[in-house]
Amino acid sequence: MLTIQDLQASVNDTSILNGVNLQVNAGEVHAIMGPNGSGKSTLSKVVAGHPAFEVTGGDVLFEGKSLMDLDPNERALAGIFLAFQYPVEVPGVSNADFLRLAYNSKQVHNGQPEIDEDAFSDILKEKAKIVEMDESFINRAVNEGFSGGEKKRNEILQMAVLEPKLAILDETDSGLDIDALKIVSAGVNKLKSKDNAVVVITHYQRLLDYIKPDFVHVLAGGKIIKSGGRELALELEEKGYDWLLGDKAAVGAGSGGQ
Amino acid sequence: MSEIKESISKETVETAKSLETYKYGFTTDIESEKAEKGLTEDTVRAISKKKQEPAFMLEFRLAAFRHWLTMEEPEWPHLEYPPIDYQDITYYSAPKVQPKKESLDEVDPELLATFEKLGIPLSEQKRLSGVAVDAVFDSVSVATTFKKDLLKHGVIFCSFTEALQDYPELVEKYLGSVVPYTDNYFAALNAAVFSDGSFVYIPKDTTCPMELSTYFRINTEGSGQFERTLIVCEDNSYVSYLEGCTAPKFDTNQLHAAVVELVANENAEIKYSTVQNWFAGDPKTGKGGIYNFVTKRGKCAGKKSKISWTQVETGSAITWKYPSCILQGDESVGEFYSVALTNNLQQADTGTKMIHLGKNSKSTIVSKGISAGKSVNSYRGLVSIKKSAEGARNYTQCDSMLIGDQCSANTYPYVDVSNPTAQLEHEASTSKISEDQLFYCNQRGIGTEEAVGLIINGFCGDVFKELPGEFAEEATRLLGLKLENSVG
Ligand SMILES: Nc1ncnc2c1ncn2[C@@H]1O[C@H](COP(=O)(O)OP(=O)(O)O)[C@@H](O)[C@H]1O
Ligand SMILES: [Mg+2]
Repeated sequence: MLTIQDLQASVNDTSILNGVNLQVNAGEVHAIMGPNGSGKSTLSKVVAGHPAFEVTGGDVLFEGKSLMDLDPNERALAGIFLAFQYPVEVPGVSNADFLRLAYNSKQVHNGQPEIDEDAFSDILKEKAKIVEMDESFINRAVNEGFSGGEKKRNEILQMAVLEPKLAILDETDSGLDIDALKIVSAGVNKLKSKDNAVVVITHYQRLLDYIKPDFVHVLAGGKIIKSGGRELALELEEKGYDWLLGDKAAVGAGSGGQ
Repeated sequence: MSEIKESISKETVETAKSLETYKYGFTTDIESEKAEKGLTEDTVRAISKKKQEPAFMLEFRLAAFRHWLTMEEPEWPHLEYPPIDYQDITYYSAPKVQPKKESLDEVDPELLATFEKLGIPLSEQKRLSGVAVDAVFDSVSVATTFKKDLLKHGVIFCSFTEALQDYPELVEKYLGSVVPYTDNYFAALNAAVFSDGSFVYIPKDTTCPMELSTYFRINTEGSGQFERTLIVCEDNSYVSYLEGCTAPKFDTNQLHAAVVELVANENAEIKYSTVQNWFAGDPKTGKGGIYNFVTKRGKCAGKKSKISWTQVETGSAITWKYPSCILQGDESVGEFYSVALTNNLQQADTGTKMIHLGKNSKSTIVSKGISAGKSVNSYRGLVSIKKSAEGARNYTQCDSMLIGDQCSANTYPYVDVSNPTAQLEHEASTSKISEDQLFYCNQRGIGTEEAVGLIINGFCGDVFKELPGEFAEEATRLLGLKLENSVG
């Protein structure tokens, strides 16, 4: 589904991604871990097409086609969803209006009829149950005045509404209390199927107890330096990253499940 | 006074492309009766005679004209335009076939078709339900719908010309009582040469049963449009009034200098909304847009009276406009909700004045300025608390949004307080549509243009919610149209 080939990217002439390789297939769950500042968020944004980053080498293929010439919204419409580490506020725009516009953009893209306010309100209420989100959030402005945890939950609500093929969750667990973590993870698991894929970026093993990864990758210095199965996360939890950072042999060896 | 100039990063936005979306740019081919160009005392007399006005009206006009001759065009606004040649303007232009107001059947079908094309059907079968419309074409009112139905409630809604014939004593009582002809250059000019407009009178204890609306259309090239609106709301009455305007695309600039006067007596409320979409001129050269110099003022004459101005200003090459409230009655309330959008080479200097005289009078100002392209958008406001205004309160919120890196936004909030019990609150912000906001929307599948519309809509929400009924949607659409191609 997603193939990242020797991806290099920079911002303001500073190189951040230095040759990332990753293969994600339908039905798989991948976890990306790694020290702060190693480029995890950058990787997710580059896949989604954030204009601040310049791709200086390599390629990203989605369902066999390069994403490089697609605008961010076209990538989204193709089925890529990014749950942001820091969700953005859109003052004065209600969650309902925002999501309806997003939903209808997808409908139009898929040659389906647009949906009116009432019909969408029903869909939204249904979806809000998946993340046990109070209905009052539906009419509040997008992320405005939301707590950190509420913002994260809101991201998963959006994912539930848009039903992407590939969801990248960037530290969705940070800022969630243990109950919220369970709810959000259960939500993600409900949305999972053999036809879609999830990439979770996280620092904590505890998320992976709920969303069970098939593959775990370590990103450091803008490269995937180690890949493994679920047990790698446990090892990292125990030992930290230092033992890997010294291990030059592992550098560049990372590519995911084939 | 503070001046804020900011710009936005290049990556986010491209220079505005040309705005070829003004769909009201057509002209109607209709024979009109025009006065010779130029302005002398004879022009003023001729207009008055043509309209068979009562003597007091001619006196008023002449006094205004003589006063105007002694005045100078204001230079203080943050606006730049070539000198206006007041002798090169036609001061009176009217469709030749004068419609009889009794029956719409006799209105020139070409005119009806014009208004229909503008989305304002006037004929009995098609007219908008729940909204009475006075249609003003060039300088003359051509039709007023629902007049008879309104009269059953005692509500007078007619053209100014008719009001002078049928209710001269009411006009004489209130004309110039809020905006005297000495007020400013353009108000004096208007008082001398105005040709028509709308008149509204709501008697005591009456809630006007429908929305009232005037639709202004400039058609003839080279003619100035000078209309005058007078709305009087007696004790315990209510009216909501909406004004809309468009003009064809011309190569020369057209002068529009209107005056609006509102009077709210005890416990009365007037809600006045404007959606202004005059032709803004050629996007690249600025040629041909409307110069909009308008004086709008309301007097909250009675205790607990309320006047609310809501404006969405999107058109005109130049906008010079400060809808204001004189809060004379104790506990009276003045409100000003404004969205002013400028794009390409448009310039706007707009805001409000709240003059507090009455005890515990209260005013609210919410101004949202949006600038794109190479436009200049200035907010200018005055909150004046006079000595008598014990316990007066004002809340002002001035927000500017910049789209692109070649536009500018200025705010000039003046405050003048002569009573120490006054409470004033002021908030101001300047923002731009951030790259991260756009990316966030894009990432959800929303295209950039729609995302900008969405963000702008959120920005303007506090003002749009004040617009009557379906006009909020209309305003949203209009802003979207005006900003098309502004963001890359
Ligand atoms: N827009 C940006 N401008 C400058 N530097 C950036 C920008 N975004 C990220 N970086 C830098 O790139 C590196 C990787 O950041 P990031 O991808 O957010 O790391 P992670 O998510 O792994 O913590 C950091 O050093 C960060 O400071
Ligand atoms: Mg990060």
